[in-house]
Amino acid sequence: MTSTAELLKGAAELFPDEVVTSAHVRHLDLPGAGRFALITLDNGLDHTKPTTFGPQSLANLDAAIDQVEAEAAEGTITGIGVTGKPFIFAVGADLKGVELLKRHEDALAIGKGGHEVFKRLSHLAVPTFAYYNGAAMGGGVEVGLHCAYRTVSAALPAFSLPEVFLGLVPGWGGCTLLPNLIGADRAVTVVIENSLNQNRQLKGRQVFELGIADALFEGADFLEQSLAWTAAVLRGEIVVDRPEIDRGTAWDQAVERGRGIADSKVHGAAPAAYRALEIIANAKDGDLQAGFDAEDTALADLIMGGELRSGIYAFNLVQKRAKRPAGAPDKNLARPVTKVGVVGAGLMASQLALLFARRLEVPVVLTDIDQERIDKGVGYVHGEIDKLLGKRRIKQDQANRLKALVTGSLDKAAGFGDADFIIEAVFEEMGVKQQVFAEVEAVAPAHAILATNTSSLSVTEMASKLKNPERVVGFHFFNPVAILPLLEIVRGESTDDASLATAFGVARKLKKTAVLCKDAPAFVVNRILTRFMGEIQNIIDEGTPVEVAEKGIDPLGLPMSPLVLLELVGPAIGLHVSETLNRAFPDRFTVSKNLAAVVKAGKRGFYVYDSGKPELDPEVAALLVQGDSVLTEEQVRARVLDAVAQEIGLMLDEGVVAEAQDIDLCLITGAGWPFHLGGITPYLDREGVSQRVNGKPFLAPGIASVPA
Amino acid sequence: MPRTARDVVFVDGVRTPFGKAGPKGIYHETRADDLVIKCIRELLRRNPELPAERIDEVALAATTQIGDQGLTLGRTAGILAGLPTTVPGYSIDRMCAGAMTAVTAVAGGIAFGAYDVAVAGGVEHMGRHPMGEGVDPNPRFVSEKLVDESALFMGMTAENLHDRYPAITKQRVDEYAVRSQEKAAKAYANGKIQQDLVPVSVRNSNPEAGETGWGLATADEPMRPGTTLEQLAGLKTPFRAHGRVTAGNAAGLNDGATASLLAAEDVAVELGLPVRMRLVSYSFVGVEPEVMGIGPVPATEKALAQAGLTIDDIGLFEANEAFAVQVLAFLDHFGIADDDPRVNQYGGAIAFGHPLASSGVRLMTQLARQFEEQPHVRYGLTTMCVGFGMGGTVIWENPHFDGGSK
Repeated sequence: MTSTAELLKGAAELFPDEVVTSAHVRHLDLPGAGRFALITLDNGLDHTKPTTFGPQSLANLDAAIDQVEAEAAEGTITGIGVTGKPFIFAVGADLKGVELLKRHEDALAIGKGGHEVFKRLSHLAVPTFAYYNGAAMGGGVEVGLHCAYRTVSAALPAFSLPEVFLGLVPGWGGCTLLPNLIGADRAVTVVIENSLNQNRQLKGRQVFELGIADALFEGADFLEQSLAWTAAVLRGEIVVDRPEIDRGTAWDQAVERGRGIADSKVHGAAPAAYRALEIIANAKDGDLQAGFDAEDTALADLIMGGELRSGIYAFNLVQKRAKRPAGAPDKNLARPVTKVGVVGAGLMASQLALLFARRLEVPVVLTDIDQERIDKGVGYVHGEIDKLLGKRRIKQDQANRLKALVTGSLDKAAGFGDADFIIEAVFEEMGVKQQVFAEVEAVAPAHAILATNTSSLSVTEMASKLKNPERVVGFHFFNPVAILPLLEIVRGESTDDASLATAFGVARKLKKTAVLCKDAPAFVVNRILTRFMGEIQNIIDEGTPVEVAEKGIDPLGLPMSPLVLLELVGPAIGLHVSETLNRAFPDRFTVSKNLAAVVKAGKRGFYVYDSGKPELDPEVAALLVQGDSVLTEEQVRARVLDAVAQEIGLMLDEGVVAEAQDIDLCLITGAGWPFHLGGITPYLDREGVSQRVNGKPFLAPGIASVPA
Repeated sequence: MPRTARDVVFVDGVRTPFGKAGPKGIYHETRADDLVIKCIRELLRRNPELPAERIDEVALAATTQIGDQGLTLGRTAGILAGLPTTVPGYSIDRMCAGAMTAVTAVAGGIAFGAYDVAVAGGVEHMGRHPMGEGVDPNPRFVSEKLVDESALFMGMTAENLHDRYPAITKQRVDEYAVRSQEKAAKAYANGKIQQDLVPVSVRNSNPEAGETGWGLATADEPMRPGTTLEQLAGLKTPFRAHGRVTAGNAAGLNDGATASLLAAEDVAVELGLPVRMRLVSYSFVGVEPEVMGIGPVPATEKALAQAGLTIDDIGLFEANEAFAVQVLAFLDHFGIADDDPRVNQYGGAIAFGHPLASSGVRLMTQLARQFEEQPHVRYGLTTMCVGFGMGGTVIWENPHFDGGSK
């Protein structure tokens, strides 16, 4: 047994539940080019269970390479190819196996194991070819990079090195081989830029245009054409000529560009991108083995680090938990929704109308208090549809259909008489909303769901004066509604299962991440953000300079600083929510006099951008009345995180959501909080905040951390 | 409106290697539509002078038009092959003569002026769609004795043909079969067949069927080179005890697809497409279903008559070998020797296989190659018998004819 085989055997024992990928070796006659060995990577399941690499899978590939290596040495084959099962090439390391690793040395073995197997493909006596027939990610991409030649299918829908997105580095050759194949700048695009842009995927044509693949063939006969091309290469009729790589200053500039991207996305708070860039930078000299060794070390370090564990946890939340909302009733209870009513025709209402029309493809009727507002609202939606048409996101027929679906009606009875789902987006005041629902109930069918987009009012109270309060559901979107995936679905005290199931059914069709929340003040995201912002505001009000308060939060790597976020939300809305929460929980939620002053002065934010970067608006500075208690950045961070940990602990005690996982899912999808924090509770756990504040972590060891 | 019928030419023809039907066959895990799609794509690759949007019709045949051979295959396969959406398509069924009928149907349309260029072909995946799958014969066939029950079973009709022509002995059909295998092996050795084969990637996940994973089909699977008379003599006669028809002197159950390009001659010239054969005449004729194998005889007589030709004018024959007896009945009728060198020079379906509705175009593709090699030949014909008592014959003129002896 070789040492690689021993290494993998040991690793396989740590991961008994691996979905094992076979590496089938089959021989075929390449017309005019002799006997050829084709390795098919296949886990024996259909395309919904993509092929992955765990230790036993790697051992299988190793054994396949043993076989073809011998045949190549004997001269009984002329070449070796690697491809995948239908629709899937291979999607990389099996993350479940990574989650189980407890020791640095085991993590190192995974890195080394992959390298030792894959790199054999570049040391065989005959040429090697990878045929990227379908989805290829991470280690799937990398196994192909070790081959001498690559072809790619034009039908390939997804190709990426997503490691940095999760908190790893492409560590089975990706960081080292890719820049040496296509140059550092393009490698940075794939490894850093795409990865940090919500794990953006390349299509087959782009894989070819970037120079990763040497030939592009259509999906209909991709493998046949790849093999015909292979035969031509083996016969010497096709010579692959790759452009020379710029190993001069362009390489360093590319790495710098990557750093800029990483800084703008994670603000130095997550190590993966920087580790990857280090390896890319060092790959400039073309020393592959040194690069592979650096990959091994980086991989092992990151696997043992909290950011990766949080990243995998976050990935699983948005990939799995988001699709099966905790606490949602049986979906068979859901009633069909064939027409939607929207009360109000303002900006929010119009955005909702557009979303419902696009996703549900049912008639959507807007109502408001006068025809002018209605016309404006419908006009806005039609204008947005024209924009989609202009950007070729939709076709003319679809635009016609959508425009015809969205209409306005001054007469609620005419508009809502046959609607199944009516959502209100009117002024955020209980009396107004109760009156609106009373009017709607008078004209709408008895089964119709009455949904409210309130961000902070009580759904139960809103429903309390209705004949049928059981059909009222909170349906809280996040701005911009077209972009942020989160939808907080709020169950009022009277809400029945059928109404709730219908709401979840609508959410699924809207392609939103629905999270079930109790009817508690400000629900989830706004409550946490308001506590978070409120604590920062308190710190500023008490005397800490604005820039220190802001910098104290930098190490979290949030998408934007707290005060920039406040600007996005709007100081008036921020103030309003803080007032609501202050009424509910006066001991923890304050209303900042300084914020009130800023709102009163009609300022839209704390900063001006005249110099190109945010600077405290002198007019705002003049309004601020601060105390004399000045905190350090560390003290700021500790105080803010303590507040957040306390609030989340209380929310879980109150049963606002089922589990801490739902809090994190909300923060990731509703506030854009980063994967490396896992939302927030994994970070609070690993920084010791949870223990300090609540006496226990939010998550059991192993869920978003190295298992005990 | 005065009309002029246009000359129709055979531009090109390709096929997949043929496979053995069943769980160990090369195409067991390959869809039928994919087989014919790959043929259409190869035609386009081989004829880059032809803009795809110039194709006016896609006529595809399959006998069992369900599942992956259903859904108006001519249309769906066109879309899946990447043809522009403006190119229409339809499906055809005349059992074994499906592809032949696809060719004659679009040829009629070309001659009439409805099309300039058309794709015609066929597919039969007898592994995925065994003969008789889903059939529901009207009980009147039997109750009113419209046909004998044996008419539904092709092997039985072949035995019936032996009854009708006692001179066609088991010895003769076996000898014929051995020669078919020999000629096919020789044609392979000389590279005559491979040039028109479309390699097909094939997946196998059954270890009992050989190496697993993706492979490539590059040759006909049913071939049995080196078959001897002695071996054939020992085979069972599954259709009748002590009968004459065996797996050795008949085509097997096969999977495969073919496709061809037909065009108006003037359009082919305009586009710079090759002219490999010129259509002279075609005919389909019905016969008693119990002896469907005799169909090629009246079909050929009618086609000859239409063309004003006699059998002596025909220099090359491509006769489908569903059963050796049926070819010999044809040869006997026209007074042609069993081993006449003009007949099935590359061997026939006994060796290559006969995926029902696809075979017609194989005959044409092979005749076109023989025309190229033998410019002294002016006319050739392709002929086949068809289930439920039919025969089809297409007579072709060799555009390379050099004024030689025939």
